[in-house]
Amino acid sequence: MSAATPLLRVEELRVHFPLTGGFTGRRTGAVKAVDGVSLEIGPGETVALVGESGCGKSTAGNAILGLVRATGGRILFEGEDILGAGPERQRALRRDMQVIFQDPVSALNPKLTVGQCIAEPLVIAGRPKAARAARVAELLELVGLLPGHAGRYPNELSGGQRQRVVIARALALEPKLIICDEPVSALDVSIRSQIVNLLMRLQAELGLSYLFIAHDLSVVRHISDRVVVMYLGTVAEEGPTDALFDHPTHPYTEALLAAIPLPDPAAQRAKPPFALEGDLPSPANPPAGCPFVTRCPERGPDCAALRPVLADTGHGSRAACLVRLPAARPG
Amino acid sequence: MSDPAAPVLSVRDLVTRIGGNAVVDGVSFDVAPGEVVALVGESGSGKSLTALSVMGLLPAAARAAAGSVRLEGEELLSAPERRLRRIRGQSLSMIFQEPVASLNPLMRVGEQVAESLVVHGRAGRAEAQARAVEMLARVGIPDPAARARQYPAELSGGMCQRVMIACALISEPRLLIADEPTTALDVTIQAQILTLMKRLRADFGTAILIITHDMGVVADIADRVCVMYGGRIVETGTAEEIFARPSHPYTRLLLSTIPRLSGARKELLRSIEGSVPDVSDWPEGCRFRSRCPLAQEDCAQVPPHVPVAGQPGHTAACLHLERIGEMT
Repeated sequence: MSAATPLLRVEELRVHFPLTGGFTGRRTGAVKAVDGVSLEIGPGETVALVGESGCGKSTAGNAILGLVRATGGRILFEGEDILGAGPERQRALRRDMQVIFQDPVSALNPKLTVGQCIAEPLVIAGRPKAARAARVAELLELVGLLPGHAGRYPNELSGGQRQRVVIARALALEPKLIICDEPVSALDVSIRSQIVNLLMRLQAELGLSYLFIAHDLSVVRHISDRVVVMYLGTVAEEGPTDALFDHPTHPYTEALLAAIPLPDPAAQRAKPPFALEGDLPSPANPPAGCPFVTRCPERGPDCAALRPVLADTGHGSRAACLVRLPAARPG
Repeated sequence: MSDPAAPVLSVRDLVTRIGGNAVVDGVSFDVAPGEVVALVGESGSGKSLTALSVMGLLPAAARAAAGSVRLEGEELLSAPERRLRRIRGQSLSMIFQEPVASLNPLMRVGEQVAESLVVHGRAGRAEAQARAVEMLARVGIPDPAARARQYPAELSGGMCQRVMIACALISEPRLLIADEPTTALDVTIQAQILTLMKRLRADFGTAILIITHDMGVVADIADRVCVMYGGRIVETGTAEEIFARPSHPYTRLLLSTIPRLSGARKELLRSIEGSVPDVSDWPEGCRFRSRCPLAQEDCAQVPPHVPVAGQPGHTAACLHLERIGEMT
């Protein structure tokens, strides 16, 4: 973590969706999609948010972007509290934060040309028309597209080219932070590495910070400085990428890593059989103690009752596991 | 059937057309009893259309125009639809990528698993139901009797894929075709499903044709691999050989683009220039030559499959195999 003010600091973020039931629509509970997540992203840094579908990683990203309402916690951008700011100020702050979604087909308006798609944020920001065309040309070149692509429609492009358009649009207003929500998951293998390389090159050239939301841990390992592993709305483990991949401490992190099939038959078949059973429990009805207790192969006597806190692992990372880290005991 | 070593499935020179384009263009491969063969490729490679041709489930716009598909010696391409239905319910089963979309949302899962036994008159309703519950237990569904009475929407994606597998295996087919069976699932659930498929292959002796784009899945489950590009198989061999000695430039590049869980990070990844061309833009001759770093003028001829030196059963369709070492 950088010593200076981080670009983004998220403290104890909560996103609870109310559950209503019955004839009167009275509140019967809440889905705790994000339940106390903290993280920091320094300038030029890539932090990955990983976990299975339903763990709350995309909801956390959406809350940072203001696409869903945070119900608790603080989001500080360059030290300024976004949630406490007025609507005008919020909009200004969020101009520095852009997003790249998974599916470039649905992210682009099929009735706009590529040039119009990329210019849209510039129009909204009130940039003069003459300046827009020059900026669009600049952005096309930056993401490896040709000037001639500006007049084409999204359906005339390949999946990889469309994702480049989405990236160009995200860069239009010169943001400092880009939230990448599964940016390469929908792409073919040979295109995936092109886009990963583009994201790394743009980061080096423009000093961008990324919050990289993904489930593909081999890509995450490749591009991230730090990794936050989420489980059922909470952080199970977080720390520098090497610490997490070389010394996973939480049994869930271990299970996630063990589940990745290695692209090497000898190594893959030599691995012990995969042990993690069952699915993610419903976030509307999470276990009282450790969220992972229902699937954990190592659960101890206290795990069902006590909710562990993040504790140092001795490898520069922190994990929330009562069995492996005595200091994770709450209190 | 009498020869235990005879292939369960034998595909020869299969050509499948959509309009004027041969989207599957001369594909040949065998699947031996109990063997797992992977068809690997990116979107547009023709791998799924090859599988759909085998099953006789091509979309209306496509048709298998030439070649032969034999299941236990019986030609399927010219078989009447009535016969195909019978085969699909008994000796050939399939599972698809989207388990939730493939199940009938209005039917209890136990009935869906039992359905093929009832429809094909192989068991009465009560017996089929009992066998369905037993099958749900074998695919690892806890409390199978209670689950059998539930609807797909009440189950998770991983559970639905287990139900799909139960539906596919209850008729004890000779061949299971699995089209991207784990692509829509989380990596932890994928590992569970692959473990299950390997166990069921051992228990039932079912041969599996798996369609995937994920080299990790191939490394985990496949005995043999057919790498597809542009409607053709460009390289085939055992999984060990394909990963240890990838010999077609496409296979070699494809493997080198995958980020690893060990070694250097934050470096530029190897990538393949350009993108998979649309079928209407496929080049003459070798389909990969528009993106291949080794391409020369003679690549405008269709390359035949040639054996890769010293490796039985390992062939690649490249005129310049001897230059593969130039690619680092």
